[in-house]
Amino acid sequence: MLQVKSVTRMFGQKAAVDRASFAVEGPQFLGIIGRSGAGKSTFLRMMNRLTDATSGEILVEGRNVLALKGADARAWQSQCAMIFQQFNLVPRMDVASNVLHGILNRRSTVQTLFNLWPRADILKALDILDRLGIAEQAPKRAEALSGGQQQRVAIARALMQDPKIILADEPIASLDPMNAQIVMDTLKRINVEDKRMVIANLHTLDTARRYCDRVIGMRDGRIVFDGTPDQLSTGVARDIYGADATFNEAATSTAIPADTTADRTYADLMMS
Amino acid sequence: MVDVAFGPEQGKRPDLSNTREAYLDMVRRKRMYGGILLVLFIALMSSGWMLADDRNAGGFWGGLHQVFDFPSEVLSEAWEKRANLPGIFIDHIPALIETINIAAVATLIGGVAAMALSLLATRGLARWPRLVPVFRRTLDALRAIPEIVIALVLIYILGGGPVPAVIAIALHTGGALGKLFSEVAENADPKPVEGLASVGATWSQRMWLGVIPQVAPNWLSYALLRFEINVRASAILGFVGEGGIGHDLKLAMQWGQGRYDQVVAIFLLLFLTIVLIDQMSDRYRHRLTKGKPA
Repeated sequence: MLQVKSVTRMFGQKAAVDRASFAVEGPQFLGIIGRSGAGKSTFLRMMNRLTDATSGEILVEGRNVLALKGADARAWQSQCAMIFQQFNLVPRMDVASNVLHGILNRRSTVQTLFNLWPRADILKALDILDRLGIAEQAPKRAEALSGGQQQRVAIARALMQDPKIILADEPIASLDPMNAQIVMDTLKRINVEDKRMVIANLHTLDTARRYCDRVIGMRDGRIVFDGTPDQLSTGVARDIYGADATFNEAATSTAIPADTTADRTYADLMMS
Repeated sequence: MVDVAFGPEQGKRPDLSNTREAYLDMVRRKRMYGGILLVLFIALMSSGWMLADDRNAGGFWGGLHQVFDFPSEVLSEAWEKRANLPGIFIDHIPALIETINIAAVATLIGGVAAMALSLLATRGLARWPRLVPVFRRTLDALRAIPEIVIALVLIYILGGGPVPAVIAIALHTGGALGKLFSEVAENADPKPVEGLASVGATWSQRMWLGVIPQVAPNWLSYALLRFEINVRASAILGFVGEGGIGHDLKLAMQWGQGRYDQVVAIFLLLFLTIVLIDQMSDRYRHRLTKGKPA
């Protein structure tokens, strides 16, 4: 379904992403790990067409999305949702409007600019918010919400897009452990229940081990590891994070509590 | 292990004597530049005064004591006829309304033009990044020509009246507000705009939904300030034949002695109007940028 072929992005003389190639079949939960500056964000931004690639192809169902231009590129963006570290909502607009922004590309300019959303769209947005457990926040301004709630609004906007692929660029890096877990559990449920492919840039090994079906490790723009979470040994981690003496496993783990497997998680409760 | 917070151990730190010298050098250099600027400033001021003294027909210092002769003549006549002032106020209200109308329409038209031009001229937001310099120079050009110059040209083409005044003020307003709007937009948070871009929003959707909500309070605040300035500009344009209260003031002053009560009445009217608008816009602008008073 997704084939990445030798995708490269140069910034001056430096390759931020260097001939990255891999293929994904089916709705996997794919994690990309690596240090800051390894090229993870640049890669996701190229997939969503926020950044242009220097060379290479990304084939989605046989179509090279990197070659799309203008309205075609925007149509691709509307099918390829993106979730950001800083949520990237419009802070002064209400939560439901922010969710409706997911379908900006599929409604007329007049409808969207003057907030004349069809009733069915508004109801769908409210349903999605309800599914994520934040329906009562719908009329509030996005800036009034906590970070964890804002990230769930961003996920709701992504679901509004009814996307083939959800890209998540460090979705939990600005969140506390509790909210981080809610957001990751939510993404995992969307992945499993809706059968949507999720590609998430993650900072930490333990999050990748816990949520991903498959992990890609990047270092200096190149893919240095591609395998299952079980194969992520300490040696492999050193390859990805660099072999300098300061490396230790603790430095790459955040505090998503590991002892919640027996209980139903918060996100389970909200979504059931 | 390297201590990240405090740097290398004492013996291995780089020699600081060079840094010390470099810093003292920088202090000396800054002081020297300051001194040069002060000397330049004094030279410019004194040469300016001397030039003014030379150019003045009667001699600058000699004529200085006469500066207050005309105002005192006007004020004393107005004081004698002070009973007429309320009646004159009422006579000139229609002209005042015309002046304010000219300013309001011009601010509106100029403001709308400034919205579009400023976004096109803002780096990082522009629809066509390569044309940013073109739109910036357009704003510069609009701003550089004073209203009165545009109005004088338009009088030849369109004749006197409020329409050329509106066009003249709107053109200048477009340039002036466009520059201010663009600076506000430049500081807008790019993250919401990027969020909208990621769902495939067009440029107009990104601007209207991502940028305008962020900048609207500041933009409105600047537009109100500009309205206040435009009321003054519109009054001045009356002097060159564009109607409104400025025209009345010019007629009264040309008449000279005998109509000085009118001159004072019009001045007072204009002054009070501008103070009133200033007060209102001040309060409203404060609410827009800082939120409602608690």
